[in-house]
Amino acid sequence: MMIGSINIAVLLAALMVAATPILLAAIGELVVEKAGVLNLGVEGMMIMGACVGFIIAINTGSPLMGFIGAALGGMALSLLFALLTQALMTNQVASGLALTLFGLGLSALLGQKYVGLTPPRTPKLDLGPLSEIPFLGRALFSHDIMVYLTIALVAAVWWFLKYTRGGMILRAVGENHDAAHALGYHVKRVRVLAIMFGGACAGLGGAYLSLIRVPQWTEGMTVGIGWIALALVVFASWRPWRAMAGAYLFGGIVVLQLNLQAAGVKIPVEYLSMSPYLITIAVLVFISSGKARGSLNAPGSLNRPFHASN
Amino acid sequence: MRKPLLCLKGLTKAYPGVLANDDVSFEIGEGQVHALLGENGAGKSTLVKMIYGLVKPDQGEMILRGQPYAPSQPSEARRNGVAMVFQHFSLFDALDVAENVALGMENPPPLRDLAQRIRDVSEEYGLPLDPTRLVGDLSAGERQRVEIVRCLLQDPKLLIMDEPTSVLTPQEVDVLFKTLRQLSAEGTAILYISHKLDEIRALCDEATILRGGRKIATCDPREKSSRELAELMVGQILTPPEKPDRPLGDVVLQVDKLSLASNNPFGTSLKNISFSLRSGEVLGIAGVAGNGQDELLLMLSGELTAPAEQVRLKGNAIGNLGPNARRSLGLVAAPEERLGHAAAPDMSLTENALLSAAERKKLTKYGFINWRATDAFAQEVIARFDVRTPGSHVLARALSGGNLQKYVIGREIELNPDVIVVNQPTWGVDAAAAAFIRQALLDLAGKGAAVLVISQDLDELLEVADSFAALNEGRLTPVRPAKGLSVDEIGLMMGGAHDMHPAHEGSA
Repeated sequence: MMIGSINIAVLLAALMVAATPILLAAIGELVVEKAGVLNLGVEGMMIMGACVGFIIAINTGSPLMGFIGAALGGMALSLLFALLTQALMTNQVASGLALTLFGLGLSALLGQKYVGLTPPRTPKLDLGPLSEIPFLGRALFSHDIMVYLTIALVAAVWWFLKYTRGGMILRAVGENHDAAHALGYHVKRVRVLAIMFGGACAGLGGAYLSLIRVPQWTEGMTVGIGWIALALVVFASWRPWRAMAGAYLFGGIVVLQLNLQAAGVKIPVEYLSMSPYLITIAVLVFISSGKARGSLNAPGSLNRPFHASN
Repeated sequence: MRKPLLCLKGLTKAYPGVLANDDVSFEIGEGQVHALLGENGAGKSTLVKMIYGLVKPDQGEMILRGQPYAPSQPSEARRNGVAMVFQHFSLFDALDVAENVALGMENPPPLRDLAQRIRDVSEEYGLPLDPTRLVGDLSAGERQRVEIVRCLLQDPKLLIMDEPTSVLTPQEVDVLFKTLRQLSAEGTAILYISHKLDEIRALCDEATILRGGRKIATCDPREKSSRELAELMVGQILTPPEKPDRPLGDVVLQVDKLSLASNNPFGTSLKNISFSLRSGEVLGIAGVAGNGQDELLLMLSGELTAPAEQVRLKGNAIGNLGPNARRSLGLVAAPEERLGHAAAPDMSLTENALLSAAERKKLTKYGFINWRATDAFAQEVIARFDVRTPGSHVLARALSGGNLQKYVIGREIELNPDVIVVNQPTWGVDAAAAAFIRQALLDLAGKGAAVLVISQDLDELLEVADSFAALNEGRLTPVRPAKGLSVDEIGLMMGGAHDMHPAHEGSA
């Protein structure tokens, strides 16, 4: 199927690839915020993941090792955030911003020797006959494993938050940390674990950029995707499936505007480049506005420091 | 004498600068309803937190059913059959009733079975609850039922209740007492914390009185008069405020058929509110928390604006004016929340004085602040209202509740308003400061100002008010003279028992 010079199946396929890194970062941050912590360091943890994942993949020749390393790299940076905000009780907003700046700088330093190299190729997942289906096979069933794992992760997070006791405790800690403490739950322990999960997810998202989507290492290559992931969590009203819809919308517009650029549409490139950010935010604001209840999903203790009073 | 369930021996707990509990010892028998009585800051909360495993005692020991008992965390206390209903509910607004109950249990069954058990227990004890509702949508009385049901599901041997009736209507209190007596008859001991003496005399078998962290006495509350108990609790003789007879003047404030949406998703919208207030009059507005009190205050203070014509001050339409404009015209307000609403916690008393007095006291000129005049004003409030503080440079958050409340109310009274609106003026304030504040409001009315007191404390309203109305789900009852109103009538005005049913009803 073609519209003008644009192949719809290819476009859909590219959309899923473009959406995956932002979705990974967003689903991690969603869990962190559900626990009541606002970590603005997503961009920094993503770029650390991109850099560490790339370095390890080049040196070991294994994309799998790269992804594992990226998750650990993102997690390491998030532990720094956890130390600052949960143990030393610093301000979460300032610490998160500092984390982003630190991550951008550190990754630039670490990645100096790796600019211009090509990482080992991540194979497409062989889905046999599924990928032979006309149109759908090309659009949905010819991706690398990370695309599918990410969707599975969204489902797992949704299930965890909704149906497990652990998820309920996590939501309780984010909703009212004083009450959770009074009932005897370990507020800080839950929060540190959530922050680590968020860091690992952001790291994976970064590595997906440097190992699969681009695939190359350049300084500052996340170009604000971490920030969009943060906005996505809020406008998705902290709901996993809605965050996924938002990520795919963003990915779709990114891919579409690239195609439009290639097709030589007479709109200045700058406008096309900014369109994914503008349209995603506009759509999500529209969805989450109006209903006073929409904001209710916001965790009650978000960004409030917790001091045990005794 | 009944078999002792829990013995406390010499419990002591010190915080930096305060001895919260000093060598406290007493016993609670099985199935006994035992009152713990004391002023704010007497150490009641610290004591029960030790029993519930939230705080470790520095010295002393506890013995539960003959065994040493030293819970290191609440889950251990729950395993030993100790359950607690908190004063500031330990509930989660965005979670539903079943989830809230599950979070307070050691080994909750799957949510579907739990929902059925919640229905069973709530029916057995006459506390109807729908397990699927969001807690944020429930009234204060219903929220308390969630807490109680959560405790009952664990078959407690000792149930601790921290100030359970402060948010209930008199009828709801009756239902609660019935439940508690039923539990006591089934062998559950209840440790009942309160400073309401009539309740304690109606419900409890034994009372332990704390003052300043020390045990003053253990007695049978039914053998003492409320006055004797009060004096044991406060340690001084209390004089009720004087209410001078005074003629009522012209109508100064009039609200006409006003409906207003709340600015808070869990709030209550005001529906068709009408009343008028004359100079020299004290109007008391009762109601259980969450029935529109906050919204009424915001609407009168100007934080929420309305169509201009529907609120009139001395004949001027002011509904669309903001707080500063209303202050200039003579209407001032003191909201319920002292820290963060009435006063900025991290600013000094002087700076806080400026925030509300700048207009009426002309403390600024061409945008510059006259600090000398501002500080003089703050000093004056501190002196006139007996605010115990090292000076006006102290941060608002450093003052105790009673002192800060005296300061924020005094700050508004010193502006010589024509109308003053206060919400919960003595909430969480010790008895001496509360009496002082009530007297100050009465004196202001004696000078010809109109006073509107919103409160959940009926005794307070009966003490100060000339006329009386109640808020119920955002609607205001007609105003009635306070003289001759009985507590039962007031309870009915407040909405009676919100969908409360006697036990077992509807189970057939």
